[in-house]
Amino acid sequence: MRNFGYTVARTPEDAVRIAAGTRNSTFVSGGTDLLNLMRDGAQAHDHLVDINRLDLAGIAVDRQALRIGALARMRHVAEHPLVRRESPVLSEALLASASPQVRNMAAIGGNLLQRTRCGYFRDAGSACNKRVPGSGCPAITGYNRGHAILGGSDHCIATHPSDLAVALTALDATVHLLGPDGARAVPIADFYLLPGSTPEREVALRPGELITRVDVPRTSLAAQSRYLKLRDRATFEFAVVSVAAALQMTGRTVRDARLAFGGIGTRPWRDTRAEAVLRGRPLTETTIAEAGRVLVRDAKPHNDNRFKVELVQRALARVLSELGGVR
Amino acid sequence: MTPQRSAYTRRTVLKSTAAATAVTHLTSAPAIADDGGTSEITLSVNGQRHRVAVEPRVTLLDALRERLGLTGTKKGCDRGECGACTVLVDGERIKSCLTLAVMRQGAEITTVEGLARGEELHPVQEAFIRRDAFQCGACTPGQIMSAVACINEGHTGSEAEIREWMSGNLCRCAAYQNIVAAVADAAKETPR
Ligand SMILES: Cc1cc2nc3c(=O)[nH]c(=O)nc-3n(C[C@H](O)[C@H](O)[C@H](O)COP(=O)(O)OP(=O)(O)OC[C@H]3O[C@@H](n4cnc5c(N)ncnc54)[C@H](O)[C@@H]3O)c2cc1C
Ligand code: FES
Ligand code: FES
Repeated sequence: MRNFGYTVARTPEDAVRIAAGTRNSTFVSGGTDLLNLMRDGAQAHDHLVDINRLDLAGIAVDRQALRIGALARMRHVAEHPLVRRESPVLSEALLASASPQVRNMAAIGGNLLQRTRCGYFRDAGSACNKRVPGSGCPAITGYNRGHAILGGSDHCIATHPSDLAVALTALDATVHLLGPDGARAVPIADFYLLPGSTPEREVALRPGELITRVDVPRTSLAAQSRYLKLRDRATFEFAVVSVAAALQMTGRTVRDARLAFGGIGTRPWRDTRAEAVLRGRPLTETTIAEAGRVLVRDAKPHNDNRFKVELVQRALARVLSELGGVR
Repeated sequence: MTPQRSAYTRRTVLKSTAAATAVTHLTSAPAIADDGGTSEITLSVNGQRHRVAVEPRVTLLDALRERLGLTGTKKGCDRGECGACTVLVDGERIKSCLTLAVMRQGAEITTVEGLARGEELHPVQEAFIRRDAFQCGACTPGQIMSAVACINEGHTGSEAEIREWMSGNLCRCAAYQNIVAAVADAAKETPR
């Protein structure tokens, strides 16, 4: 790993100021993604600003929202009794992520900003439009089993690997930021960007902005939520396809539904049209299948990932059947 | 406090040559190593405080092995995937290849060397021997450290639960069956 300078920040304002004033710097929380990227040469920084001592690790709750500090560790969010009761999908997504050791280290802010697992992106010797804009995307014609079938462009088809981000997308979370120009909040739906012709821009974060907190609205819908993650081995693996679903029923009828997906889109994939198919209708094999068809209507599969078109519909059917008690 | 001179070995991978990137700046008082140079930090390992001189890029794993000579902690993949480098930091298990030594100042670090009380092995170590829970042994220190934490966390209710919560530790010899048995054994003997 190329060497770099290192500073410990004491307050969020401090962190932002140091980052803004230090060329080619970045924040480090757990380091569990950043250090691998720097070791592989996929990312290079001259300076790391350590944000682990910031007072941003709390998990608080008020009438409106669950407020998760950016430095809360994956483990502590997953184990939090209120998270488990009111938003089980968050807890389940976190417990299905990485390993117990990584979950003790990694923080929520870093989790949302982890980079894609696309092998071409991570290999500094390959072309990659995300890493070196304009160099090309070998995945489109190359090995693309792990890549997206929705939201891709001619420039990039990489998926976002965070399970938590998928769950937060289903629950309409808001990401709170602090930057050189002050604080602002971005709905998670606007936080992750489609690759388009600028795949190097993945998130709506401006240079030097720090994630301070993630707010999750408290709804009765969220209490009926689940995360299903399908992977190539039983555990300790990234998703091939995943589904975060929340479902509220009145008798046999769907009152409301939230559906987000991992492994199929170039960003955590929300589909409100599929949700609309279910809303106000009985939950049956027929309506579930219809929602699945709507979800993949615009899918553009590639050589190695055609199976995802079918797999994600089956995953959706399984989660909804379980949540809604359909046989 | 013991001042430690670097215990370089043939496996020293920390090349201090290509010295880097002197970034100087501004405002708030930097904690250390503002410019990427070597600085002295204190690491508290197995109840002993050590002064070590490290560049910011040195991982906790490399600091333990190459600087403090504590080679019980193993380097398998050096990217968070195998668990051989598992240590406890303030009682929680982490992968020491994914964190920088400078980030762990002031923390209490426990390595496999810190488990035994004199000649008396830790119950998890005893159980690994009794259950023949290793073959080549490369993953074993990491498995043992992870098992100590797994038991403390209370994730030993069933064989399936042990497998899930030990899944961050791979064993290339596939001694899993006996590892699970050893963890279950040790859990029974360990008062929580
Ligand atoms: C072996 C392994 C398996 C894994 N499996 C999974 C999995 O199955 N599912 C999954 O979702 N993830 C998985 N991960 C990824 C893991 O979840 C991420 O590495 C982790 O969440 C990153 O968090 P961190 O705190 O370590 O971030 P860091 O590595 O410290 O930082 C990541 C990025 O975020 C930036 N950053 C950090 N905090 C902030 C902040 N508050 N504001 C602004 N920028 C910030 C950093 O500058 C850096 O660019 C796995 C990782 C490993 C190593
Ligand atoms: S050496 Fe750290 S996980 Fe493999
Ligand atoms: S005993 Fe050989 S790797 Fe586990």
